[in-house]
Amino acid sequence: MPSVAESTLGVRADFPIFAGRPDERPLIYLDSGATSQKPQVVIDALAGHLRDHNANVHRGVYPLAQEADAAFESARAQIAAFTGATPQTTIFTKNVTEAINLVAYSWGRANIGPGDAVLITQMEHHANIVPWQVLCRERGATLRYLEVDDRGELSLSALDAELARGDVRLVAFAHVSNVLGTINPVAEMTARVRAAGAVSLVDGAQAVPQMAVDVEQIGADFYGWTGHKALGPMGIGVLHGRGEILQEMEPFLTGGDMIASVDFQSATWNELPWKFEAGTPMVAEAVGLGAAVDYLSALGMDRVREHERSLTAYMLEGLARVPDLRVVGPPEADGRGALASFTIGGLHPHDVAELVSRSGVCIRAGHHCAQPLMRCLGVGATARASVGVYNDRSDIDALIDALLAAREVFALDAP
Amino acid sequence: MDDLYRDYILDHYKQPRNFGELEPHDLEALEHNPLCGDELGVHIRVCDERIVDLRFQGHGCAISQAAASIASEELKGMTLAEVEQLDADWMIDLLGIPVSATRRKCALLNLKVVRGAVTGDHAWPT
Repeated sequence: MPSVAESTLGVRADFPIFAGRPDERPLIYLDSGATSQKPQVVIDALAGHLRDHNANVHRGVYPLAQEADAAFESARAQIAAFTGATPQTTIFTKNVTEAINLVAYSWGRANIGPGDAVLITQMEHHANIVPWQVLCRERGATLRYLEVDDRGELSLSALDAELARGDVRLVAFAHVSNVLGTINPVAEMTARVRAAGAVSLVDGAQAVPQMAVDVEQIGADFYGWTGHKALGPMGIGVLHGRGEILQEMEPFLTGGDMIASVDFQSATWNELPWKFEAGTPMVAEAVGLGAAVDYLSALGMDRVREHERSLTAYMLEGLARVPDLRVVGPPEADGRGALASFTIGGLHPHDVAELVSRSGVCIRAGHHCAQPLMRCLGVGATARASVGVYNDRSDIDALIDALLAAREVFALDAP
Repeated sequence: MDDLYRDYILDHYKQPRNFGELEPHDLEALEHNPLCGDELGVHIRVCDERIVDLRFQGHGCAISQAAASIASEELKGMTLAEVEQLDADWMIDLLGIPVSATRRKCALLNLKVVRGAVTGDHAWPT
């Protein structure tokens, strides 16, 4: 097991929110799985673009418009490089939800029909369930689920068995589970899907912010992620797609910017990636996300992963000291992303989250947009603590103290 | 003493009144709190347009369970016309704790389910 050498990256001062809270309580932010806090460089990039370079993109001939164009497309190039993709196959969306819907509508409606199956897993976020439910219902196809085992993991042989049935056209799965934290063997999975002649989609919302991701190496046909969990602004997501598949697809949203030319009755489509970007795009947000991936690259994603793995290991040790606390998902930090979901006997997760917030500790409670998984786990909800680059051991200590205090409020040890 | 988790709230949470099934019953409903996936159902026995008995079933946080337990004692004996008139303020006042905006639905889930059973109106109480 790697050592617990690096338990702080020493970057908290880069994130102004930690200094700027109006009340006396410290901000113990352990909800980065929901959204990350933003470093000053991202805030400056967003504001700087709006202040100094704002114009609409793509058709302006004056210098300011050309600056906006250059800023937008250079952000795309930075973001594509961060995940090992090419700019032409890096499409901006609103978020991962929109990225998955884009595939479900544009690829799914042309390629899925009666008798076909879409395979997803029991650990998916609603964003990677509902678009497929709607597609399958509309096209007369079947939606099937790969099971999650007792360790919170998927089985490659179960995937093989599903693919051997011969009807699976698309397999969609999370890179890292937002509830269990499980890091799925995505490269092995996409290779199997490809060998079976099916198409793969990976939901990278939780993965991209916390580990080095190379979409070429992973080999997914589609890989979606979102900016706001990766230190960037809300309102910008990314869909990487395989070029030859994107070329064949019809557009998702239609209108301005995504056309080559428009006649009275028909239109032709713009080239990649703009074919999939209808309307005025989120330019400042792209610039902000460009600054975010630069910031992460400078930290080094391997260092980020080691920091968060070590903090997660420390958190798992701490949680084990809380009576009647049960963590769901893989037992060791090595196989999991930077989060822990848990239940405490006699305490509803909402009450847990409310009580720890009295000490400034921010965690999430609920079904985490994964109700089918909650049913598999036999719980209605869990509390979830997730760490980011700015956290250190003091945040975990505060969480554990607050959990022990929460049990006292409910007098759980009283005779 | 915690502002929200007062002794009587914890007492109703740990030993909820009027919880379980009620057979036979005349009215029933089941509702979810979309925020947390909590579930609450109710069985109501009616005689002469009046609630003579009721039982809640389900699971939820201390606020939602205590609210259901406390309300159950008030609802028994009310006429259906009276239940129709109950609003969010009635429930919040009855609960007697400062309920934040995010926990409001926890407090109101039981009234939503009871009003749903009695009137067929499944909207959140206002």
